[in-house]
Amino acid sequence: MDAILKLLGENARYSLEELSVLTGLTIDEVAEKLDNYENTGIILGYKAVIDWEKAGSEMVASVIEVKITPKYSHGFDEFAETVSKFPEVMSVYLMSGGYDILIEVLAKNFKELAMFVAKRLSPMESVLSTATHFILKRYKEKGVIYDNGHKDERGFII
Amino acid sequence: MIKHDKLLSDVVKSLKPSGIRRFFDIAESIEGCISLGVGEPDFVTPWIIRQAGIESLEKGRTWYTSNSGLSELREEISRYQLRKYGLNYSAAEEIVVTVGGSEAIDICCRALINPGDEVIIPTPCFVAYDAVATLSGAEVVPIATKPEDGFRLNPEDLKKAITKKTKLLIFPFPNNPTGAVMRREHLEEIAEILKGTDIMVMSDEIYSELTYGDEKHISIASISEDMHRRTVLISGFSKAFAMTGWRIGYTCGPKTVMEQILKIHQYAIMCAPTTAQYAAVVAMRDCDDVVNEMVTEYAMRRRYVVDNLNRIGLKCFEPMGAFYVFPSIELTGMKSQEFCEKLLERKKVAIVPGDAFGASGEGYVRIAYAQSISKLSEAMGRIEEFVDELKVNG
Repeated sequence: MDAILKLLGENARYSLEELSVLTGLTIDEVAEKLDNYENTGIILGYKAVIDWEKAGSEMVASVIEVKITPKYSHGFDEFAETVSKFPEVMSVYLMSGGYDILIEVLAKNFKELAMFVAKRLSPMESVLSTATHFILKRYKEKGVIYDNGHKDERGFII
Repeated sequence: MIKHDKLLSDVVKSLKPSGIRRFFDIAESIEGCISLGVGEPDFVTPWIIRQAGIESLEKGRTWYTSNSGLSELREEISRYQLRKYGLNYSAAEEIVVTVGGSEAIDICCRALINPGDEVIIPTPCFVAYDAVATLSGAEVVPIATKPEDGFRLNPEDLKKAITKKTKLLIFPFPNNPTGAVMRREHLEEIAEILKGTDIMVMSDEIYSELTYGDEKHISIASISEDMHRRTVLISGFSKAFAMTGWRIGYTCGPKTVMEQILKIHQYAIMCAPTTAQYAAVVAMRDCDDVVNEMVTEYAMRRRYVVDNLNRIGLKCFEPMGAFYVFPSIELTGMKSQEFCEKLLERKKVAIVPGDAFGASGEGYVRIAYAQSISKLSEAMGRIEEFVDELKVNG
């Protein structure tokens, strides 16, 4: 994998200078690669990983398993693309296994989530069934482990 | 009342207690302190190695192994040294598995040194050599390595240091704390000087896997048949395989020397931890890729730290091995101890004063970059602030 992508995947805030030092490429080379990644959609965006609960947010997070019947004119892609447009939907995946589509939803409160499932998702023509699972506690998010107050137990030695 | 002080060994009492101990005690008690002080990978031991340790426990392999170590492990070490460094050691007679490289250093010194023998040690270097040699009654002869030589052992300096009493040259490359490496041409010069003498070499190659750039590590034992005969090689698993806590290493050398080394190991230690030995088999056999990944990561961190330190004004020799940088703090006009103490106090970053590694380390500090880039980045920021404030306030 390209070193720049690996680094940005871990920390999107590296400056061009830092990326240049870390990879051994010139700043111009790094900038050119970044432009290319952004223009071709390899890099889709840059976002912070936030502990919303700690930030005082009352938002309700859930994942919803959806079974659908793909129709001739309305297959998995069409369904997924439609669902993706809802702002409360954070992620949408086509899955193998017992259900077809997994949707991650971040709603302001329980009511909003319930409305989303009842009014927006379930009535969609191809939806056979849904199963909503609430996220109760997060331990790791986008590769970042939540600060759980673990103390470093390493000894100081030389 | 019994007075212990009068009863304790004079030579032990003469050893300097590590100044670093006190320093680390302070660091440990400081909330939010970033430690770049410890020479330890931040990586956890690769999973397949841990798994092998767990499996050995599950299978109830909780007994002693033979004194020199599991024969399976010695076979793997023998193969490893051959495929990596072209060294031939008999698994049956020329390899002893030890409790870390540290034990190997100790028993090698004890097997070779008679009281009054001179032991040449290039400095700055790992803190244990001097102490261990002194315990055997050696006269320690330090040779200061210099940044203009890339902190390599200068052959002329070696020549001058050799006397009729010289017994052992301790040869620690890739070097802790400087990150210096010795290339083939440099090793050949050292070999030439030693030819015809009765000087043995203890080559501590614990960092042999951690070299950067295209040139790989070359063992001094591989330079000639003569060097092979006069070298005891020290190595281990702590650094390259991130196995510090397993306490496992090894030593290889000519049969006649190893027989004596084994006696000390047998009486003092019995055998290295069995679980760690089973894990180490996998490390030797199946971990080239994982080690390469870690080396790539270290290489990146090394560039990052060297670049930052030079920018800050702490002039930094480019280390080609191990995971340390050894910048000069000349700019600040401070002594190493003072620099480190103030940095810890004001900015909560723990690094090690260069003089901990021998008098020639004064004017330098050791920074271990075996930490994540985000931690290094935070630490570099704090060091920069510290140095900038010194420039303004003195």
